[in-house]
Amino acid sequence: MEFLAFLARRLAWSLLVLVGLSVVIFVIARVVPGDPARMALGPRASAEQVTELQEKLGLNLPLYQQYGLFIGGLARGELGQSLLTERSVNEDIRTTFPATLELVLTTVFIAFLFGVPLGVAAARWKDSWPDNLVRAFAIVAAVMPTFFIALLLQVLAGYVLQILPTTGRLPTGTDFEANITGLLIVDGLLKGQFNIVFEAMRHLLLPALALSLATMGQMARITRASMIDVSRQDYMEAARAFGVPDRIRLFKYQLRPAFVPPLTIMGLEFASLIGGAFVVELIFSWPGMAAYGIRAITQKDLNAIMGVVMVSGVFFVLVNLLIDVLVGLVDPRIRIRGRRA
Amino acid sequence: MTALLSVQGLSVSFSTYGRTAEVLKGVSLDVPQGAQVALVGESGSGKSVTMKAIMGLLPQPPARIHAGKIMFDGRDLLTLPERERVALRGTAMSMVFQDPMSSLNPVWTIEDQLTTILKYADRRLGRDRDRRGRRARVIEVLSQVRMRDPERVAQSFPIMLSGGMRQRVLIAMALLSEPRLLIADEPGTALDVTTQAQILKLLRDLVEAQGLALLMITHNLGVVRETSNYVYVMNKGEIVEEGPTAGLFAEPRQQYTRDLIAAVPRLTGRVAL
Ligand SMILES: Nc1ncnc2c1ncn2[C@@H]1O[C@H](COP(=O)(O)OP(=O)(O)OP(=O)(O)O)[C@@H](O)[C@H]1O
Ligand SMILES: [Mg+2]
Repeated sequence: MEFLAFLARRLAWSLLVLVGLSVVIFVIARVVPGDPARMALGPRASAEQVTELQEKLGLNLPLYQQYGLFIGGLARGELGQSLLTERSVNEDIRTTFPATLELVLTTVFIAFLFGVPLGVAAARWKDSWPDNLVRAFAIVAAVMPTFFIALLLQVLAGYVLQILPTTGRLPTGTDFEANITGLLIVDGLLKGQFNIVFEAMRHLLLPALALSLATMGQMARITRASMIDVSRQDYMEAARAFGVPDRIRLFKYQLRPAFVPPLTIMGLEFASLIGGAFVVELIFSWPGMAAYGIRAITQKDLNAIMGVVMVSGVFFVLVNLLIDVLVGLVDPRIRIRGRRA
Repeated sequence: MTALLSVQGLSVSFSTYGRTAEVLKGVSLDVPQGAQVALVGESGSGKSVTMKAIMGLLPQPPARIHAGKIMFDGRDLLTLPERERVALRGTAMSMVFQDPMSSLNPVWTIEDQLTTILKYADRRLGRDRDRRGRRARVIEVLSQVRMRDPERVAQSFPIMLSGGMRQRVLIAMALLSEPRLLIADEPGTALDVTTQAQILKLLRDLVEAQGLALLMITHNLGVVRETSNYVYVMNKGEIVEEGPTAGLFAEPRQQYTRDLIAAVPRLTGRVAL
């Protein structure tokens, strides 16, 4: 019961955060210099044309009315027209978001799949070579810029070895419509087209790997610290004193309580991953929302910017609610007390 | 009669950062079958190190055992192969942990933790017991430590139980595999005095009823008086005095022991055991 109350509180808090976010991006978008209507129409447009577009976009109204329009639109799920693509922002996001989602989810999956075991190994063999190796990796992964890793992987695996595709989500000319979830792997599975699933995975591998290294290092570091912390607890010695085998102590007694910090950090990582995805999307010609968002920013495409930020915000909030549930499942203290330790 | 546990001339040192400290200097003590023996001494005198050496839990390094024997049931634990050593741990000899707040794993239920211990103890002893058998045994020991609703306690996570209840769980844990020797290192010092008194009484009753040998480790002579009939007094890694409890209280020979006795009323004066 406390846990449900806890989740309800988190949800209310999340809504508040989203409202705050909407205000902030609205203000920022209106404060940055440059006239969106002028930029959209180009330098040769006449003053009348610009005024006309300004009126159409509501840019001549007082700010609070503009915000009202914006929020009203949001509430109806209407993100307005993109100046750049001249399509509705809804439509643009519907086509680009699944690509970014699939990329980011795969990235997190890879980061977790390797990061956590690396951290466990480092803690298990603390201060000996596996530990040193993992720590060195975490540092290198943290300081190497994503674009560098992305280019390196692209050149190595794509051009030198020629084993993996380096652009797009599927081979050009593939006839497949991902119209169920938008995620190629999922839709391919649902439709039973396993060659699509296979191709989608091949295309995902390089960009996701490039994007995941920093997070993987972070996961390894956090898991290591958390495992070491737990290893010093009295209950670990108690389990030893009662002859519980090392393997059981490691995976059952130590790993599970140590699992909460990496889970929590993973939730936070989603924010920087969506932000960082644009580099990878540009390099791998990935038709994603992050690249779309960056283009929108450079072109001062207000509706698109606000749409992208809001969708990212909602996604981030939902992911973290899910993480809260997972954390509650892993650690009964949080479930019972109804708050984070 | 030979003792169930006999520590003979045990010397242990710790080396950290190149410095070596002699922590135990030839400690000898006997715990006969079914006897209740106390090891008392001030903080840092080496009681826990003695206990860990007996249980085979000393971290080596930094610890090093220079000399001595630890005879248990006629065999020297220090020369026993690791496998046989581990086989005894938690079965023939087991310990009651001191801190009820930190000695139970927070993410598993009591039943889960106790059945896990039992499962591997059974396996080491070649005992055949299925899941239901283990569960039944867990409920049985929980009732033995006078838990009012053992079924519910079994389903609980540690955080749902009070300190006193958790300490009872720790005692139940030690009793799971019907040990012959119970080592208790300051049980209940983390609890309030009234609850601690109840825990000590429970421990004494259990030991008497089941005929277990008890080695009670404490810095508190008040606890000694309530739980043991023979005492070893330890100071700076050496046994400085020993004798039957009553005699030691009546005529302490060492100033160190007299000081320990003088400290008792302050610690347990308010508790009637
Ligand atoms: N892991 C260790 N590394 C270094 N020195 C240690 C270690 N464990 C114990 N010692 C030293 O051994 C000595 C005895 O410690 P021990 O824990 O046995 O004391 P104790 O009698 O149990 O005291 P207390 O009543 O406070 O529990 C102390 O001086 C301590 O510094
Ligand atoms: Mg101690």
